[in-house]
Amino acid sequence: MSAKRLRMAAWAVVIVLAVLLPFFFGTYRVGQFTQAMALAIAVLGLNLLVGYSGQISLGHGAFFALGAYVSAISILDLGVPYLLTLPLAGLVCAVAGFVLGIPALRLRGLYLALLTLGLAIATPQIIKRAEGLTGGTQGLSVPKVDAPAWSGLADDQWLYFVTLVVTAVMFVLAAFLVRGRVGRALVAIRDNEIAARTMGVDLARHKTGTFAVSAAYAGVGGALFTLPIGFLAPESFPLALSFAFLAAIVVGGLATIAGALFGALFIEFVPVYAADVDEALAGVIYGGVLILFMYLLPGGVMGLVRRITSTRARPRGSDDAQAGAGHRLGGRAAGADAARERVRAR
Amino acid sequence: MVALLALTLLASGCGRGDDGGGGGGGGGGGSDPGITDKEIKLGGSYPFSGPASAYRAIADGAKAHFAYVNSKGGVDGRKISFQTLDDAYEPPKAVANARRLVEQEQVFALFNTLGTPNNLAIWDYLNEQKVPQTYVATGASNFGSDVAKHPYTTGWQPNYVTEAKIYADYLKKNKPGAKVAVLYQNDGFGKDLLGGFESGIEGSDIQIVAKESYEVTDPTITSQIRKLAGSGADTFLNVTTPKFSALAIATIAKTDWKPLHILNNVGASKTLVLTPVGLENAKGIVSATYFKDPDSPDWADDSAMKEYKDNMKKFAPRADPNEAFCAYGWTAAATMVEALKGMKDPTRDSLMESIRSMDTEIPMLLPGINVKMDGQSDGFPIEAMQIMEFDGENWQLQGDVIEASAQN
Repeated sequence: MSAKRLRMAAWAVVIVLAVLLPFFFGTYRVGQFTQAMALAIAVLGLNLLVGYSGQISLGHGAFFALGAYVSAISILDLGVPYLLTLPLAGLVCAVAGFVLGIPALRLRGLYLALLTLGLAIATPQIIKRAEGLTGGTQGLSVPKVDAPAWSGLADDQWLYFVTLVVTAVMFVLAAFLVRGRVGRALVAIRDNEIAARTMGVDLARHKTGTFAVSAAYAGVGGALFTLPIGFLAPESFPLALSFAFLAAIVVGGLATIAGALFGALFIEFVPVYAADVDEALAGVIYGGVLILFMYLLPGGVMGLVRRITSTRARPRGSDDAQAGAGHRLGGRAAGADAARERVRAR
Repeated sequence: MVALLALTLLASGCGRGDDGGGGGGGGGGGSDPGITDKEIKLGGSYPFSGPASAYRAIADGAKAHFAYVNSKGGVDGRKISFQTLDDAYEPPKAVANARRLVEQEQVFALFNTLGTPNNLAIWDYLNEQKVPQTYVATGASNFGSDVAKHPYTTGWQPNYVTEAKIYADYLKKNKPGAKVAVLYQNDGFGKDLLGGFESGIEGSDIQIVAKESYEVTDPTITSQIRKLAGSGADTFLNVTTPKFSALAIATIAKTDWKPLHILNNVGASKTLVLTPVGLENAKGIVSATYFKDPDSPDWADDSAMKEYKDNMKKFAPRADPNEAFCAYGWTAAATMVEALKGMKDPTRDSLMESIRSMDTEIPMLLPGINVKMDGQSDGFPIEAMQIMEFDGENWQLQGDVIEASAQN
């Protein structure tokens, strides 16, 4: 089986599993999976920024929060149907991301990290101060999403499928984006800015553009995240959330599309199970798992997947595949495939 | 793709595997989720981590009491299991926990979840699901004053309005004509207590001559205290949480203002507040309480106190039985056991009925203070307290038990 067909088959399995899932789990679990998909959208957005364009953001929790509040406030105060609040949240966050992207043109590395970190630190405080709009520390209760009668689904199942469709669309869009001209330009910027400029890549446009798109993804994710819980407060968006996103892209695999799914599942479920093992040691266990993960799978889940598929796709015993660096080094046998991989991953 | 679609249709045809039971749906005949002939499942959300994690002692005390009751055979043969989850004192986590307890763990009722904002965040959800939110660990009067809209919610400890009225009553009797300066925390808790005090002194010759507020995030309250000291007041009503109670006592000790100092129950912990600022500075402070202080020598030979301490050692060896929070949890759990005993049917509605019609002595409450509810619209189980005064070493109970209803 060629790598491409293998990939198609894998996606088909993922989709079938995703469609069947809400029929085999209880309400609470389905809610968790719905939230994991919302997280996955935000993680994917951050991966576009960090993994592909090589810029860093420690403040994506802020866009996530902005999207959630834009959605909640427009549902509560303006009576906007919840589905319409998703593009609205995306749009508002895109503008915010674009604005933040302007200083990002001059700052890089640690300096950009600090700028965005400031944003994440300020977010819960700003939400608390804007009490009239956000409900302050009391938080906001968002009405439950009801399943339409024709669907024959329970409310949580309906919301799950809505989120699934939105997630699928966002993932396909991102895949098109990174496989096309824009994706190649971003990777060129990441790998060598001067060379990219020489080749005629418009740095300013691509950098601010990525920030905007990335923020929009986080905003849509935030809006979807609130719906299954029906409640949001400043504490929903702690500083740790921004770091969780960062952990998720590394766990899933930098500069991969599918990795966002695994990363989101990780940050949604591992802390919960860690707390089940021991309430007092939850943080230690979560941290330990994260460290272990990085030792065993430095390329993230997708790195592992690549390692396996590239071993399969080539003649047995190929040395560089055994070394786990097949996708990076390429080789005669893999030909065009490896060339594409080189663009997609570091 | 076709196969995929077919699969989808098939799946939606099957419906959900575990539809039976379900999280919601109280009432009706038979028994509700979380209760069988052998077991009653209760759930609670507490701050085991984060800034308020000192309150975890409440969960320790409650768990010890349930374990003790189970060791004696449980309630009508049913063993109580009490599952607690950590919310780090963050409302969104409390919501997630409440949903998990109701939908995933299928508990019969929530018991004693801690914190005003956390309980406010989950009470709409729980009432919508018709899951009892029993004996919440907060004194905000909201939880008892809205029974019509939230029939499944009930408080436990004396609420802040009741407490404030007891201070007003104390002043009327012991210091007529008092001029009061108030320091209060600018949030639901502070405003609740202040409002209760204002309505308590209405029509008397006691007046508030100065009011100052602070935010929980303020680093100091020196300027507020200075203004209050300059107001000419002869009484100081201190409506603060522990950290600020300590700050206020320490700051006043440095001035030559010597008012009658009334400190609210929340800030009256000897170990957390008075010892750190120096017990000599706390002499003469007046507060109010409602359960037996495990740290006080007065109750050392009390049979309820002995039962409590012996069983804390047995069932919660890691907890400190002298900690008032442990005694609080133990006593609240004892109230819950009485409520469960009073159920006519194993249903959530029956539990609420039992709670709302209860009139019982709980051994660890002060003598003369009962858990007493008078019917469906009452949301305040304990509405009496006793004044106590700090003698430089311990809190000493003063006078009689004072009753004050939060409802006017």
